[in-house]
Amino acid sequence: MMRLRLWHRDLVCKQAVELVTGYLEGTLSRSDRRRYEAHLAGCPHCTEYLAQMRKTIELTGTLTPDDLTPQMQDDFIDLYRQWRAEGISG
Amino acid sequence: VDSGSDAQLLTALRAGDERAFVALVRRHHAPMLRLASSFVPNVAVAEEVVQDTWVGVLRGIDRFEGRSSFRTWLFRILVNRARTAGARERRTIAVGDTGAVSDTEAAVAASRFGGGGSWLSPPERWVEEVDDRLEAGKLAGFLRTAIEDLPDRQRQVVTLRDIEGLSSEQVCSVLEISESNQRVLLHRGRSRLRQALETRFGRPS
Repeated sequence: MMRLRLWHRDLVCKQAVELVTGYLEGTLSRSDRRRYEAHLAGCPHCTEYLAQMRKTIELTGTLTPDDLTPQMQDDFIDLYRQWRAEGISG
Repeated sequence: VDSGSDAQLLTALRAGDERAFVALVRRHHAPMLRLASSFVPNVAVAEEVVQDTWVGVLRGIDRFEGRSSFRTWLFRILVNRARTAGARERRTIAVGDTGAVSDTEAAVAASRFGGGGSWLSPPERWVEEVDDRLEAGKLAGFLRTAIEDLPDRQRQVVTLRDIEGLSSEQVCSVLEISESNQRVLLHRGRSRLRQALETRFGRPS
């Protein structure tokens, strides 16, 4: 009981939000990871915050590249043919 | 042709297959353009950088040994050219653009915490909101804009890591930055994106 409290006080929310990336990257030291997880266990807001960071990463990962326009594609074909034909100068 | 791996396409390209070249260009164009745009002042210059990079690829293709992934190699060539073009266009490079990453930007505004460092204004909920009610296209559009609004270096790291799926090691190699700088930039970029999503979609819990 005493210990949990001490832990909780050990790491405040303001510090916890700065550890999220290290936590997700697996680069926190063992003691920092423990402190962070202990903090999460007692703090629903920081737990929500971590879930939001995970969601942010997931959403970013779903973005798909924009397509190449036909005009640009033709430009690249020209570039290639030029290279094949004569080698590109410069 | 489009479904081949980069390695297969490279082999075909070496053998003189034009379609393999087009397939490679198409596959990598958007991320290259985005990455180039974060180094140079406008899209026209970014497009030149991308073209220039492909010229470099065609010239150097016989020297590429496949020790790194093709994408890492490609992005390295791009970043080199983009830096040169960016320096030429700007004449002077903005202060803080090339220097060390300082450690002052907070993930969450300090005003949202009380004196003891606990949440005063806790995160508003939005995860359920975007999952349940939001049209995917709308969300993607919003997120793209938010990424474009990130400071250049954060945008570079977030784009390579979270959109392109490069490893932290590959990102360090492409951008020639240290592991710890990579992590700080990633942290800040992701934190800003989270905040943007909260600001736009959050509901007080």
